[in-house]
Amino acid sequence: MSTLDILLQQLANGLILGSFYALVALGYTMVYGIIKLLNFAHGDLYMCGAFIGFLFLSLVSGLLGESWGGILCSMILSMITVGLLGVLIQRVAYLPMLAAPRLSILITALAVSMVLSNGVMALTDGEYEAFSTDLGFEGLEMGNVFVTYTQIALVVSAALLMVTLFFFINRTMYGKAMRAIAIDQDACRLMGINVNKVITLTFFIGSALAAAAGVMAGVYYGSVHFFMGFVIGLKAFTAAVIGGIGSIRGAMLGGLVLGLLEAFGTQIPFIGSEWKDVFSFGILILLLVFKPTGLLGKTEIERM
Amino acid sequence: MSDVILEIRDVETYYGKIHALRGISFSVEAGEIVTLLGANGAGKSTTLRTISGLNRAKAGSISFMGEEITTKSPHEIVSMGLIHVPEGRRIFKGMTIKENLELGSFTLKDESERRRRMEHVYELFPVLHERRQRDAALLSGGEQQMLAMGRALMTDTKLLLLDEPSMGLAPFMVQGIMKIIKRLNAEGVTILLVEQNAKAALKLADYGYVLETGEIVVKGKAGKLQQDESIVKAYLGE
Repeated sequence: MSTLDILLQQLANGLILGSFYALVALGYTMVYGIIKLLNFAHGDLYMCGAFIGFLFLSLVSGLLGESWGGILCSMILSMITVGLLGVLIQRVAYLPMLAAPRLSILITALAVSMVLSNGVMALTDGEYEAFSTDLGFEGLEMGNVFVTYTQIALVVSAALLMVTLFFFINRTMYGKAMRAIAIDQDACRLMGINVNKVITLTFFIGSALAAAAGVMAGVYYGSVHFFMGFVIGLKAFTAAVIGGIGSIRGAMLGGLVLGLLEAFGTQIPFIGSEWKDVFSFGILILLLVFKPTGLLGKTEIERM
Repeated sequence: MSDVILEIRDVETYYGKIHALRGISFSVEAGEIVTLLGANGAGKSTTLRTISGLNRAKAGSISFMGEEITTKSPHEIVSMGLIHVPEGRRIFKGMTIKENLELGSFTLKDESERRRRMEHVYELFPVLHERRQRDAALLSGGEQQMLAMGRALMTDTKLLLLDEPSMGLAPFMVQGIMKIIKRLNAEGVTILLVEQNAKAALKLADYGYVLETGEIVVKGKAGKLQQDESIVKAYLGE
């Protein structure tokens, strides 16, 4: 393979990885934007999404098969279930803590994360589950670069979800209310907006997007595991910070940038794929030093 | 006699441990302009915040159009047509002027009604129409006040609470805002106006109340208050 081919192949890999990061980063950034909470349980919702998708797929596979029909159906069901799980977490764990000091709710989020990952560990005996599908390995070959149809479908689905979200946030009343709440909650109350209802909706959407990414990751990697949410949670947080936390466009951009950097990072001599996590968190540290507001974030003094 | 649209009875409100309102009672009749005057910290803004539900009254009762609203949440109160334009305007900076106005119509379900009201606001404040696609943060202080008032008129507004609309504005802007208030009142909106600029407020109002440390100390027809020099000197610092 020529250098150009390698770069193109990494571009494809980076886009796929980046779409997962972006989908998860969106939930991080939306929740942060609206109640200034770093929801550390968000990566675990991605993991739950993968497992619930896996469960639904085994339920519907008799009827719809384990190909696109079954996968799409189980992905939608997983998004709804995990969306409701996110709402439940918000109501039970976060709502009572909103008036408490910021640190208390942050620690609550860590606790929720542990409850979810350990809960799933107990249920699955900590085993890897094979996420088997009937998707083939056919794909497009362009020169020496090879991309499977599955990979293309994953990137396209992620893009569709993001475009839908973008439309919702910018064009619908509830989407605008969501952005307005991130700016001034009391003013929103005076517009007649039921702020708690919009916060609940935000949790639903953010969690559903994480679930979608979880199912996609299950399809892509072929297995699911209770610990799979941990690293992606940190990576998605990194992506959200790269883009500028609180910014929707920033999360999409940050996810793609991080995915691409990681993919290309594996090609740098002496770094290689074992060092890719060090590479991405190194980027986070550099960014925090030189541009702490992120690529699209606004300068704002924020207490934590 | 016309109808009482807002009735406040023995309302007490606390800010943490501070006893901000110490049992105030007053009423506003439909179609009137009523003004609440007083020095900084007298409790004027707290009164408005308690009416619109942002702060809870610890004692007493508030009723709007005959319905008790003391324990209702702000979004329920807004949907009844009681709209509060808060101190400092609180427009949504980072969103366009058009989006700010649309948010004002959040409780409206009917799209054509929304458009009709937006036309009306653009007619009242042509500068908002000119800049409708621009970030609200780029507006001047007076224009931000216009946007805040316009946003409050995007729904079926029956009673408008205005908190210091003239604050920080150039004199000609103050005049412009006062003219608009008068026009809105003529169009049927009842107005409860909180002002530091007592002269301008009394010129406009039918009735006035003066607050001091959480209590109403003087009340009367605006014309009378205006002429009573001792009141003006003692409470309004003019």
